[in-house]
Amino acid sequence: MSHDGSSYYGRPILKEPVWKPEVPCYFFTGGLAGASSVLSLAARLTGNERLAKTSLYVGLAAEVASPALLISDLGRPERFLNMLRVLKPTSPMSVGSWVLVASGGATTTAAACELLGVAPRLKAAAELASAVAGAPLAVYTATLVSNTAVPVWHEGRRELPFVFAAASAASAGAAATLLLSPRDAAPARRLAAAGALVAEAVAAGMRRRLGLVGEVYDRGPAARFDRLAKTASLSGAVLLARGREQRVAAVAGAALVLGGGLARRFSVFRAGFQSARDPRYTVEPQRARLEAASAG
Amino acid sequence: MSTTETQQRVGFFTDTSVCIGCKACEVACKEWNLVPEDGLLWTGESYDNTSELGANTWRHVAFIEQEAPLRIDGDHAELAGDALRWLMSSDVCKHCTHAACLDVCPTGALFRTEFGTVVVQEDVCNGCGYCVPACPFGVIDRRELPAPDRSGPFAGQPDGRVWKCTLCYDRLKGGHEPACAKACPTQSIQFGPLDELRERAAARVEKLRDEGWNGARLYGERPDDGVGGFGAFFLLLDEPEVYGLPPDPVVTTRDLPGMWRTAALAAGALVAGVVAACVGGAR
Repeated sequence: MSHDGSSYYGRPILKEPVWKPEVPCYFFTGGLAGASSVLSLAARLTGNERLAKTSLYVGLAAEVASPALLISDLGRPERFLNMLRVLKPTSPMSVGSWVLVASGGATTTAAACELLGVAPRLKAAAELASAVAGAPLAVYTATLVSNTAVPVWHEGRRELPFVFAAASAASAGAAATLLLSPRDAAPARRLAAAGALVAEAVAAGMRRRLGLVGEVYDRGPAARFDRLAKTASLSGAVLLARGREQRVAAVAGAALVLGGGLARRFSVFRAGFQSARDPRYTVEPQRARLEAASAG
Repeated sequence: MSTTETQQRVGFFTDTSVCIGCKACEVACKEWNLVPEDGLLWTGESYDNTSELGANTWRHVAFIEQEAPLRIDGDHAELAGDALRWLMSSDVCKHCTHAACLDVCPTGALFRTEFGTVVVQEDVCNGCGYCVPACPFGVIDRRELPAPDRSGPFAGQPDGRVWKCTLCYDRLKGGHEPACAKACPTQSIQFGPLDELRERAAARVEKLRDEGWNGARLYGERPDDGVGGFGAFFLLLDEPEVYGLPPDPVVTTRDLPGMWRTAALAAGALVAGVVAACVGGAR
Protein backbone atom coordinates (compact mmCIF):
# COMPACT_ATOMS: atom_id res chain seq x y z
CA MET A 1 0.00 0.00 0.00
CA SER A 2 1.37 3.38 -0.90
CA HIS A 3 1.82 6.18 1.49
CA ASP A 4 0.06 9.55 1.47
CA GLY A 5 3.01 11.23 3.15
CA SER A 6 1.25 13.11 5.92
CA SER A 7 0.21 10.27 8.19
CA TYR A 8 0.95 6.63 8.93
CA TYR A 9 -1.61 4.86 6.69
CA GLY A 10 -4.20 7.43 7.80
CA ARG A 11 -4.07 6.06 11.34
CA PRO A 12 -4.86 8.34 14.28
CA ILE A 13 -1.95 9.74 16.26
CA LEU A 14 -4.01 10.09 19.44
CA LYS A 15 -6.03 7.41 21.19
CA GLU A 16 -9.76 8.03 21.27
CA PRO A 17 -11.13 8.47 24.79
CA VAL A 18 -12.41 5.26 26.38
CA TRP A 19 -15.26 7.02 28.21
CA LYS A 20 -18.81 5.74 27.84
CA PRO A 21 -22.09 7.73 27.56
CA GLU A 22 -22.24 7.83 31.36
CA VAL A 23 -19.63 10.58 31.18
CA PRO A 24 -21.61 13.20 29.21
CA CYS A 25 -24.64 12.22 31.31
CA TYR A 26 -22.54 13.10 34.35
CA PHE A 27 -21.51 16.42 32.76
CA PHE A 28 -25.26 17.08 32.71
CA THR A 29 -26.15 15.82 36.21
CA GLY A 30 -23.07 17.43 37.77
CA GLY A 31 -23.96 20.72 36.11
CA LEU A 32 -27.58 20.41 37.21
CA ALA A 33 -26.53 19.61 40.77
CA GLY A 34 -24.01 22.42 41.03
CA ALA A 35 -26.18 25.14 39.52
CA SER A 36 -29.25 24.00 41.50
CA SER A 37 -27.30 24.48 44.75
CA VAL A 38 -26.39 28.02 43.72
CA LEU A 39 -29.98 28.72 42.63
CA SER A 40 -31.35 27.32 45.89
CA LEU A 41 -29.21 29.61 48.03
CA ALA A 42 -29.87 32.67 45.84
CA ALA A 43 -33.62 31.97 46.05
CA ARG A 44 -33.38 31.57 49.83
CA LEU A 45 -31.61 34.90 50.18
CA THR A 46 -34.15 36.68 47.97
CA GLY A 47 -37.10 35.25 49.90
CA ASN A 48 -38.38 32.71 47.37
CA GLU A 49 -38.70 29.76 49.76
CA ARG A 50 -40.54 27.44 47.37
CA LEU A 51 -37.88 27.84 44.70
CA ALA A 52 -35.14 27.39 47.31
CA LYS A 53 -36.64 24.13 48.51
CA THR A 54 -37.33 22.76 45.03
CA SER A 55 -33.83 23.47 43.78
CA LEU A 56 -32.34 21.94 46.90
CA TYR A 57 -34.17 18.67 46.20
CA VAL A 58 -33.30 18.79 42.49
CA GLY A 59 -29.69 19.26 43.51
CA LEU A 60 -29.90 16.29 45.86
CA ALA A 61 -31.30 14.02 43.15
CA ALA A 62 -28.58 15.06 40.71
CA GLU A 63 -25.88 14.65 43.37
CA VAL A 64 -27.03 11.10 44.03
CA ALA A 65 -27.03 10.19 40.34
CA SER A 66 -23.59 11.69 39.65
CA PRO A 67 -21.23 9.32 41.49
CA ALA A 68 -23.23 6.33 40.28
CA LEU A 69 -22.62 7.40 36.67
CA LEU A 70 -18.93 7.99 37.33
CA ILE A 71 -18.34 4.71 39.12
CA SER A 72 -20.12 2.80 36.38
CA ASP A 73 -17.73 4.29 33.82
CA LEU A 74 -14.57 3.09 35.60
CA GLY A 75 -12.61 0.15 34.24
CA ARG A 76 -12.33 -1.04 37.86
CA PRO A 77 -15.44 0.29 39.64
CA GLU A 78 -14.50 -1.54 42.84
CA ARG A 79 -11.55 0.83 43.13
CA PHE A 80 -13.61 4.04 43.01
CA LEU A 81 -12.28 5.12 46.41
CA ASN A 82 -8.80 5.43 44.85
CA MET A 83 -10.15 8.73 43.45
CA LEU A 84 -9.71 10.10 46.98
CA ARG A 85 -6.25 8.64 47.48
CA VAL A 86 -4.55 11.93 46.54
CA LEU A 87 -5.46 15.52 45.66
CA LYS A 88 -3.67 16.72 42.52
CA PRO A 89 -4.16 20.25 41.14
CA THR A 90 -2.69 19.05 37.81
CA SER A 91 -5.64 16.67 37.43
CA PRO A 92 -9.08 18.29 37.06
CA MET A 93 -10.52 14.81 37.62
CA SER A 94 -8.84 14.61 41.02
CA VAL A 95 -9.92 18.14 42.00
CA GLY A 96 -13.43 17.43 40.69
CA SER A 97 -13.72 14.21 42.69
CA TRP A 98 -13.09 16.17 45.89
CA VAL A 99 -15.49 18.94 44.81
CA LEU A 100 -18.17 16.32 44.14
CA VAL A 101 -17.64 14.75 47.57
CA ALA A 102 -17.82 18.15 49.31
CA SER A 103 -20.82 19.26 47.30
CA GLY A 104 -22.63 15.93 47.73
CA GLY A 105 -22.08 15.95 51.48
CA ALA A 106 -23.22 19.54 51.87
CA THR A 107 -26.29 19.17 49.67
CA THR A 108 -27.35 15.95 51.36
CA THR A 109 -26.98 17.55 54.80
CA ALA A 110 -28.96 20.62 53.77
CA ALA A 111 -31.71 18.58 52.14
CA ALA A 112 -31.98 16.28 55.18
CA CYS A 113 -32.33 19.30 57.51
CA GLU A 114 -34.94 20.80 55.20
CA LEU A 115 -36.91 17.56 54.98
CA LEU A 116 -36.88 16.93 58.73
CA GLY A 117 -37.27 20.59 59.61
CA VAL A 118 -34.40 20.48 62.08
CA ALA A 119 -31.08 22.25 62.76
CA PRO A 120 -31.65 25.54 60.89
CA ARG A 121 -28.10 26.74 61.52
CA LEU A 122 -26.56 23.54 60.22
CA LYS A 123 -28.89 23.78 57.24
CA ALA A 124 -27.78 27.35 56.48
CA ALA A 125 -24.10 26.39 56.74
CA ALA A 126 -24.63 23.32 54.55
CA GLU A 127 -26.52 25.36 51.96
CA LEU A 128 -23.70 27.87 51.81
CA ALA A 129 -21.11 25.07 51.43
CA SER A 130 -23.25 23.40 48.79
CA ALA A 131 -23.48 26.62 46.75
CA VAL A 132 -19.76 27.35 47.14
CA ALA A 133 -18.91 23.87 45.84
CA GLY A 134 -21.74 23.99 43.31
CA ALA A 135 -20.31 26.59 40.95
CA PRO A 136 -17.01 24.72 40.40
CA LEU A 137 -18.92 21.43 40.18
CA ALA A 138 -20.91 22.80 37.23
CA VAL A 139 -17.80 24.04 35.42
CA TYR A 140 -14.82 21.77 36.12
CA THR A 141 -15.87 19.06 33.67
CA ALA A 142 -15.17 21.51 30.84
CA THR A 143 -11.66 22.01 32.23
CA LEU A 144 -11.32 18.24 32.52
CA VAL A 145 -11.90 17.60 28.81
CA SER A 146 -9.90 20.69 27.78
CA ASN A 147 -6.94 19.32 29.71
CA THR A 148 -6.27 16.58 27.14
CA ALA A 149 -4.39 16.33 23.84
CA VAL A 150 -7.69 16.09 21.93
CA PRO A 151 -7.51 19.10 19.57
CA VAL A 152 -11.17 20.18 19.60
CA TRP A 153 -11.31 19.99 23.41
CA HIS A 154 -7.92 21.53 24.15
CA GLU A 155 -8.31 24.35 21.62
CA GLY A 156 -11.82 25.03 22.92
CA ARG A 157 -10.51 25.67 26.42
CA ARG A 158 -11.45 29.37 26.45
CA GLU A 159 -15.13 28.79 25.68
CA LEU A 160 -16.01 25.34 27.03
CA PRO A 161 -16.23 26.38 30.74
CA PHE A 162 -18.69 29.14 29.79
CA VAL A 163 -20.73 26.73 27.64
CA PHE A 164 -20.94 24.30 30.56
CA ALA A 165 -21.65 27.04 33.14
CA ALA A 166 -24.49 28.53 31.08
CA ALA A 167 -25.95 25.14 30.18
CA SER A 168 -25.83 24.14 33.87
CA ALA A 169 -27.63 27.31 34.93
CA ALA A 170 -30.22 26.66 32.24
CA SER A 171 -30.76 23.09 33.45
CA ALA A 172 -31.19 24.21 37.07
CA GLY A 173 -33.72 26.84 36.04
CA ALA A 174 -35.57 24.42 33.78
CA ALA A 175 -35.78 21.66 36.39
CA ALA A 176 -37.24 24.07 38.94
CA THR A 177 -39.69 25.44 36.35
CA LEU A 178 -40.97 21.90 35.69
CA LEU A 179 -41.71 21.33 39.37
CA LEU A 180 -43.00 24.73 40.52
CA SER A 181 -46.18 26.69 39.95
CA PRO A 182 -45.62 29.50 37.41
CA ARG A 183 -46.09 32.09 40.19
CA ASP A 184 -42.96 30.95 42.06
CA ALA A 185 -40.89 30.04 39.01
CA ALA A 186 -40.18 33.45 37.47
CA PRO A 187 -36.44 33.52 38.36
CA ALA A 188 -36.09 29.89 37.29
CA ARG A 189 -37.74 30.60 33.92
CA ARG A 190 -35.49 33.59 33.32
CA LEU A 191 -32.41 31.57 34.24
CA ALA A 192 -33.44 28.67 31.99
CA ALA A 193 -34.09 30.85 28.95
CA ALA A 194 -31.05 33.10 29.34
CA GLY A 195 -28.72 30.19 30.19
CA ALA A 196 -29.83 28.21 27.15
CA LEU A 197 -29.31 31.18 24.83
CA VAL A 198 -25.89 32.03 26.25
CA ALA A 199 -24.70 28.39 26.12
CA GLU A 200 -25.66 28.05 22.46
CA ALA A 201 -24.24 31.46 21.51
CA VAL A 202 -20.88 30.67 23.12
CA ALA A 203 -20.82 27.19 21.56
CA ALA A 204 -21.48 28.70 18.11
CA GLY A 205 -18.73 31.28 18.67
CA MET A 206 -16.34 28.52 19.69
CA ARG A 207 -17.12 26.54 16.55
CA ARG A 208 -16.28 29.59 14.40
CA ARG A 209 -13.06 30.45 16.24
CA LEU A 210 -11.75 26.88 16.08
CA GLY A 211 -11.53 26.84 12.28
CA LEU A 212 -10.11 23.52 11.00
CA VAL A 213 -10.33 21.60 14.27
CA GLY A 214 -13.91 22.86 14.77
CA GLU A 215 -14.98 21.01 11.58
CA VAL A 216 -15.95 17.99 13.66
CA TYR A 217 -18.98 19.92 14.92
CA ASP A 218 -20.27 19.88 11.32
CA ARG A 219 -19.86 16.12 10.96
CA GLY A 220 -21.22 12.85 12.31
CA PRO A 221 -22.75 12.46 15.76
CA ALA A 222 -21.23 15.73 17.03
CA ALA A 223 -23.15 17.62 14.33
CA ARG A 224 -26.41 15.76 15.00
CA PHE A 225 -26.22 16.50 18.72
CA ASP A 226 -25.18 20.08 17.91
CA ARG A 227 -28.31 20.63 15.82
CA LEU A 228 -30.45 18.96 18.47
CA ALA A 229 -28.96 21.15 21.20
CA LYS A 230 -29.50 24.34 19.19
CA THR A 231 -33.06 23.52 18.17
CA ALA A 232 -34.18 22.35 21.62
CA SER A 233 -32.48 25.18 23.51
CA LEU A 234 -33.71 27.99 21.29
CA SER A 235 -37.29 26.73 20.99
CA GLY A 236 -37.28 26.03 24.74
CA ALA A 237 -36.22 29.61 25.46
CA VAL A 238 -38.98 30.96 23.22
CA LEU A 239 -41.62 28.84 24.95
CA LEU A 240 -40.34 29.84 28.40
CA ALA A 241 -40.89 33.50 27.52
CA ARG A 242 -44.63 32.69 27.50
CA GLY A 243 -44.39 30.50 30.59
CA ARG A 244 -45.91 32.98 33.05
CA GLU A 245 -49.30 32.90 31.36
CA GLN A 246 -49.27 29.35 30.04
CA ARG A 247 -48.25 26.46 32.27
CA VAL A 248 -48.04 24.14 29.23
CA ALA A 249 -45.57 26.45 27.49
CA ALA A 250 -43.46 26.60 30.66
CA VAL A 251 -43.35 22.82 31.05
CA ALA A 252 -42.62 22.20 27.38
CA GLY A 253 -39.98 24.94 27.29
CA ALA A 254 -38.29 23.63 30.44
CA ALA A 255 -38.21 20.08 29.07
CA LEU A 256 -36.68 21.32 25.81
CA VAL A 257 -34.02 23.31 27.66
CA LEU A 258 -33.09 20.26 29.75
CA GLY A 259 -32.87 18.13 26.60
CA GLY A 260 -30.82 20.83 24.88
CA GLY A 261 -28.34 20.92 27.75
CA LEU A 262 -27.90 17.15 27.62
CA ALA A 263 -27.52 17.21 23.82
CA ARG A 264 -24.90 19.97 24.10
CA ARG A 265 -22.80 17.80 26.41
CA PHE A 266 -23.11 14.83 24.02
CA SER A 267 -22.12 17.05 21.07
CA VAL A 268 -18.95 18.22 22.85
CA PHE A 269 -18.25 14.64 23.98
CA ARG A 270 -18.61 13.06 20.53
CA ALA A 271 -16.65 15.90 18.90
CA GLY A 272 -13.66 14.87 21.02
CA PHE A 273 -13.76 11.31 19.69
CA GLN A 274 -14.03 12.50 16.09
CA SER A 275 -11.20 14.98 16.66
CA ALA A 276 -8.87 12.31 18.07
CA ARG A 277 -9.64 9.88 15.24
CA ASP A 278 -8.44 12.04 12.32
CA PRO A 279 -4.66 12.63 12.30
CA ARG A 280 -5.13 15.86 10.29
CA TYR A 281 -6.51 17.65 13.34
CA THR A 282 -3.41 16.66 15.30
CA VAL A 283 -0.79 17.24 12.61
CA GLU A 284 -1.94 20.37 10.75
CA PRO A 285 -2.18 22.79 13.72
CA GLN A 286 1.18 21.52 15.00
CA ARG A 287 2.76 21.96 11.57
CA ALA A 288 1.33 25.49 11.38
CA ARG A 289 2.75 26.25 14.84
CA LEU A 290 6.21 25.02 13.81
CA GLU A 291 6.13 27.05 10.61
CA ALA A 292 5.02 30.17 12.47
CA ALA A 293 7.83 29.65 14.99
CA SER A 294 10.49 29.20 12.31
CA ALA A 295 9.15 32.21 10.34
CA GLY A 296 8.97 34.43 13.43
CA MET B 1 10.71 15.97 36.84
CA SER B 2 13.02 15.30 39.74
CA THR B 3 14.86 12.04 39.96
CA THR B 4 16.37 10.87 43.19
CA GLU B 5 19.99 11.75 43.79
CA THR B 6 21.11 8.15 43.62
CA GLN B 7 20.03 7.38 40.03
CA GLN B 8 20.77 8.93 36.68
CA ARG B 9 17.87 9.49 34.31
CA VAL B 10 17.94 6.74 31.70
CA GLY B 11 16.13 6.26 28.42
CA PHE B 12 16.23 5.06 24.83
CA PHE B 13 17.81 6.44 21.71
CA THR B 14 16.14 4.64 18.80
CA ASP B 15 18.27 5.08 15.69
CA THR B 16 15.89 4.13 12.88
CA SER B 17 18.62 4.36 10.23
CA VAL B 18 19.88 0.92 11.31
CA CYS B 19 16.50 -0.69 12.07
CA ILE B 20 16.01 -3.81 9.94
CA GLY B 21 12.37 -4.41 10.90
CA CYS B 22 13.04 -7.76 12.58
CA LYS B 23 10.57 -7.05 15.40
CA ALA B 24 12.79 -8.72 17.97
CA CYS B 25 11.95 -5.73 20.22
CA GLU B 26 8.20 -6.38 19.90
CA VAL B 27 8.65 -10.05 20.75
CA ALA B 28 11.13 -9.52 23.59
CA CYS B 29 8.84 -6.90 25.15
CA LYS B 30 5.79 -9.16 24.97
CA GLU B 31 7.68 -12.12 26.40
CA TRP B 32 9.42 -10.33 29.23
CA ASN B 33 6.45 -8.25 30.34
CA LEU B 34 3.77 -10.94 29.80
CA VAL B 35 1.89 -8.59 27.48
CA PRO B 36 -1.10 -10.63 26.27
CA GLU B 37 -1.82 -11.61 22.70
CA ASP B 38 -4.61 -9.42 21.32
CA GLY B 39 -5.43 -10.97 17.98
CA LEU B 40 -3.96 -10.90 14.49
CA LEU B 41 -5.34 -8.79 11.68
CA TRP B 42 -4.03 -8.48 8.16
CA THR B 43 -3.71 -4.77 7.43
CA GLY B 44 -2.06 -4.66 4.02
CA GLU B 45 0.25 -1.99 5.43
CA SER B 46 3.69 -3.25 4.37
CA TYR B 47 5.04 -5.69 7.01
CA ASP B 48 3.08 -4.07 9.81
CA ASN B 49 0.15 -6.00 11.28
CA THR B 50 0.77 -4.57 14.75
CA SER B 51 -0.39 -1.10 13.66
CA GLU B 52 0.03 0.99 16.79
CA LEU B 53 1.16 1.18 20.39
CA GLY B 54 -1.51 0.37 22.96
CA ALA B 55 -2.34 -1.50 26.13
CA ASN B 56 -1.07 -4.76 24.59
CA THR B 57 1.75 -3.40 22.40
CA TRP B 58 4.58 -1.52 24.08
CA ARG B 59 7.03 -1.65 21.16
CA HIS B 60 5.71 -1.20 17.63
CA VAL B 61 7.78 -1.38 14.46
CA ALA B 62 6.45 0.88 11.70
CA PHE B 63 7.13 0.05 8.03
CA ILE B 64 6.93 2.75 5.37
CA GLU B 65 7.52 2.09 1.68
CA GLN B 66 8.51 5.22 -0.21
CA GLU B 67 9.57 6.07 -3.71
CA ALA B 68 12.38 8.22 -2.43
CA PRO B 69 16.16 7.98 -2.53
CA LEU B 70 18.01 6.90 0.59
CA ARG B 71 20.72 9.48 -0.12
CA ILE B 72 20.73 12.99 -1.46
CA ASP B 73 23.57 14.30 -3.59
CA GLY B 74 23.83 17.94 -2.55
CA ASP B 75 20.38 19.46 -3.12
CA HIS B 76 19.75 16.90 -5.81
CA ALA B 77 17.81 13.69 -5.36
CA GLU B 78 17.54 11.22 -8.21
CA LEU B 79 15.45 8.11 -8.47
CA ALA B 80 17.73 5.61 -10.16
CA GLY B 81 16.43 2.13 -10.93
CA ASP B 82 14.67 0.49 -8.01
CA ALA B 83 14.31 3.59 -5.84
CA LEU B 84 12.19 2.12 -3.08
CA ARG B 85 13.17 3.36 0.35
CA TRP B 86 11.91 1.16 3.15
CA LEU B 87 11.74 3.03 6.44
CA MET B 88 11.46 1.06 9.65
CA SER B 89 11.15 2.48 13.13
CA SER B 90 10.52 0.91 16.51
CA ASP B 91 8.17 3.18 18.45
CA VAL B 92 7.78 3.17 22.23
CA CYS B 93 6.46 5.28 25.13
CA LYS B 94 8.41 8.54 25.19
CA HIS B 95 8.72 8.74 29.01
CA CYS B 96 8.25 12.51 28.71
CA THR B 97 10.00 14.97 31.02
CA HIS B 98 6.60 16.63 31.45
CA ALA B 99 4.25 13.66 31.16
CA ALA B 100 0.58 14.45 30.61
CA CYS B 101 -0.53 10.94 31.60
CA LEU B 102 1.17 11.32 34.95
CA ASP B 103 -0.11 14.88 35.49
CA VAL B 104 -3.78 14.03 34.88
CA CYS B 105 -3.86 10.67 36.71
CA PRO B 106 -6.31 11.26 39.59
CA THR B 107 -5.27 8.27 41.70
CA GLY B 108 -1.50 8.63 41.66
CA ALA B 109 -1.28 5.25 39.90
CA LEU B 110 1.09 6.81 37.35
CA PHE B 111 4.34 7.90 38.94
CA ARG B 112 7.91 8.86 38.10
CA THR B 113 10.49 6.30 39.10
CA GLU B 114 13.96 6.87 40.49
CA PHE B 115 15.23 6.32 36.92
CA GLY B 116 13.19 9.26 35.58
CA THR B 117 10.77 6.94 33.77
CA VAL B 118 6.94 6.98 33.91
CA VAL B 119 5.23 3.82 35.18
CA VAL B 120 1.65 2.71 36.00
CA GLN B 121 1.05 0.98 39.35
CA GLU B 122 -1.45 -1.66 38.31
CA ASP B 123 -2.58 -2.27 41.88
CA VAL B 124 -3.71 1.38 42.12
CA CYS B 125 -5.14 2.17 38.65
CA ASN B 126 -8.95 2.24 38.71
CA GLY B 127 -9.38 2.52 34.95
CA CYS B 128 -10.74 6.08 34.85
CA GLY B 129 -9.20 6.48 31.40
CA TYR B 130 -8.09 10.11 31.80
CA CYS B 131 -4.50 9.40 30.71
CA VAL B 132 -5.68 7.90 27.40
CA PRO B 133 -6.71 11.13 25.59
CA ALA B 134 -4.14 13.15 27.58
CA CYS B 135 -1.12 11.47 25.95
CA PRO B 136 -0.05 13.54 22.90
CA PHE B 137 1.40 10.39 21.28
CA GLY B 138 -1.54 8.00 21.74
CA VAL B 139 0.65 5.57 23.66
CA ILE B 140 -1.29 4.57 26.77
CA ASP B 141 -4.60 2.70 26.50
CA ARG B 142 -7.05 0.68 28.55
CA ARG B 143 -6.84 -3.13 28.30
CA GLU B 144 -10.19 -4.58 27.29
CA LEU B 145 -9.10 -8.25 27.26
CA PRO B 146 -10.57 -10.45 30.00
CA ALA B 147 -8.53 -10.43 33.19
CA PRO B 148 -7.95 -13.81 34.81
CA ASP B 149 -7.33 -12.15 38.19
CA ARG B 150 -10.82 -10.66 38.45
CA SER B 151 -13.29 -12.55 40.63
CA GLY B 152 -16.65 -12.19 42.35
CA PRO B 153 -19.14 -9.94 40.54
CA PHE B 154 -16.36 -8.87 38.14
CA ALA B 155 -15.28 -12.37 37.04
CA GLY B 156 -14.85 -12.55 33.27
CA GLN B 157 -14.98 -8.76 32.96
CA PRO B 158 -12.32 -6.88 30.97
CA ASP B 159 -9.07 -5.95 32.68
CA GLY B 160 -10.15 -2.29 32.66
CA ARG B 161 -6.81 -0.79 33.67
CA VAL B 162 -4.32 1.17 31.55
CA TRP B 163 -1.02 -0.31 30.45
CA LYS B 164 2.09 0.92 28.69
CA CYS B 165 5.88 0.54 28.50
CA THR B 166 7.52 0.55 31.95
CA LEU B 167 11.01 0.85 30.42
CA CYS B 168 11.35 -2.58 32.07
CA TYR B 169 11.26 -1.14 35.58
CA ASP B 170 11.90 -4.60 37.05
CA ARG B 171 14.98 -5.14 34.88
CA LEU B 172 16.33 -1.66 35.70
CA LYS B 173 15.94 -2.46 39.40
CA GLY B 174 18.07 -5.54 38.82
CA GLY B 175 20.72 -3.61 36.90
CA HIS B 176 19.73 -4.93 33.47
CA GLU B 177 18.89 -3.06 30.30
CA PRO B 178 15.28 -3.22 28.99
CA ALA B 179 14.31 -6.34 27.07
CA CYS B 180 13.83 -4.57 23.71
CA ALA B 181 17.27 -2.96 23.76
CA LYS B 182 18.84 -6.24 24.85
CA ALA B 183 17.20 -8.10 21.96
CA CYS B 184 17.90 -5.52 19.23
CA PRO B 185 20.48 -7.10 16.88
CA THR B 186 21.59 -3.85 15.19
CA GLN B 187 21.74 -1.48 18.17
CA SER B 188 18.94 0.52 16.65
CA ILE B 189 17.53 0.61 20.20
CA GLN B 190 20.16 2.02 22.51
CA PHE B 191 19.66 2.21 26.26
CA GLY B 192 21.63 4.35 28.67
CA PRO B 193 21.88 7.58 30.67
CA LEU B 194 19.93 10.22 28.74
CA ASP B 195 22.81 12.72 28.64
CA GLU B 196 25.11 10.19 27.01
CA LEU B 197 22.43 9.13 24.53
CA ARG B 198 21.88 12.76 23.48
CA GLU B 199 25.58 13.23 22.80
CA ARG B 200 25.77 9.98 20.86
CA ALA B 201 22.67 10.93 18.82
CA ALA B 202 24.05 14.37 17.95
CA ALA B 203 27.22 12.77 16.60
CA ARG B 204 25.27 10.14 14.70
CA VAL B 205 22.92 12.57 12.93
CA GLU B 206 25.91 14.75 12.03
CA LYS B 207 27.58 11.73 10.43
CA LEU B 208 24.47 10.74 8.48
CA ARG B 209 24.08 14.30 7.18
CA ASP B 210 27.71 14.36 6.07
CA GLU B 211 27.13 11.08 4.24
CA GLY B 212 24.14 12.63 2.46
CA TRP B 213 21.32 10.55 3.98
CA ASN B 214 17.90 11.83 2.91
CA GLY B 215 15.94 13.45 5.74
CA ALA B 216 18.02 12.42 8.76
CA ARG B 217 16.90 14.31 11.87
CA LEU B 218 16.55 13.86 15.60
CA TYR B 219 13.08 13.83 17.16
CA GLY B 220 12.42 14.50 20.83
CA GLU B 221 16.04 15.14 21.91
CA ARG B 222 15.57 18.82 22.82
CA PRO B 223 14.87 19.57 26.50
CA ASP B 224 13.07 22.79 25.47
CA ASP B 225 10.31 21.14 23.39
CA GLY B 226 6.62 20.97 24.37
CA VAL B 227 7.08 18.00 26.68
CA GLY B 228 10.47 19.04 28.07
CA GLY B 229 12.30 16.45 25.96
CA PHE B 230 11.59 12.73 25.55
CA GLY B 231 13.13 10.10 27.78
CA ALA B 232 12.94 7.92 24.65
CA PHE B 233 13.89 9.88 21.53
CA PHE B 234 14.57 9.00 17.91
CA LEU B 235 16.65 9.48 14.83
CA LEU B 236 14.17 9.57 11.93
CA LEU B 237 14.61 9.73 8.14
CA ASP B 238 11.44 11.71 7.37
CA GLU B 239 8.90 13.98 9.06
CA PRO B 240 7.54 12.56 12.35
CA GLU B 241 3.96 12.36 11.02
CA VAL B 242 5.12 9.91 8.33
CA TYR B 243 5.85 7.50 11.20
CA GLY B 244 2.56 8.33 12.96
CA LEU B 245 4.23 10.71 15.41
CA PRO B 246 3.06 14.27 16.21
CA PRO B 247 5.38 16.96 14.78
CA ASP B 248 5.16 19.31 17.79
CA PRO B 249 3.69 17.57 20.85
CA VAL B 250 2.83 19.73 23.86
CA VAL B 251 1.93 18.51 27.35
CA THR B 252 -1.67 19.62 27.89
CA THR B 253 -1.03 20.71 31.49
CA ARG B 254 1.26 23.48 30.21
CA ASP B 255 -1.98 25.41 29.59
CA LEU B 256 -3.71 24.27 32.78
CA PRO B 257 -3.09 27.42 34.90
CA GLY B 258 -4.92 29.44 32.25
CA MET B 259 -7.67 26.83 32.09
CA TRP B 260 -8.19 27.04 35.87
CA ARG B 261 -8.46 30.83 35.57
CA THR B 262 -11.07 30.47 32.82
CA ALA B 263 -12.97 27.97 34.96
CA ALA B 264 -12.95 30.40 37.90
CA LEU B 265 -14.31 33.17 35.66
CA ALA B 266 -17.02 30.86 34.33
CA ALA B 267 -17.97 29.77 37.86
CA GLY B 268 -18.19 33.44 38.86
CA ALA B 269 -20.35 34.18 35.82
CA LEU B 270 -22.64 31.30 36.80
CA VAL B 271 -23.14 32.75 40.29
CA ALA B 272 -23.68 36.25 38.88
CA GLY B 273 -26.24 34.96 36.39
CA VAL B 274 -28.19 33.06 39.04
CA VAL B 275 -28.20 36.05 41.39
CA ALA B 276 -29.35 38.34 38.57
CA ALA B 277 -32.22 35.97 37.77
CA CYS B 278 -33.30 35.88 41.42
CA VAL B 279 -33.13 39.59 42.23
CA GLY B 280 -35.31 40.24 39.19
CA GLY B 281 -38.30 39.42 41.38
CA ALA B 282 -41.47 37.49 40.69
CA ARG B 283 -42.28 38.70 37.22
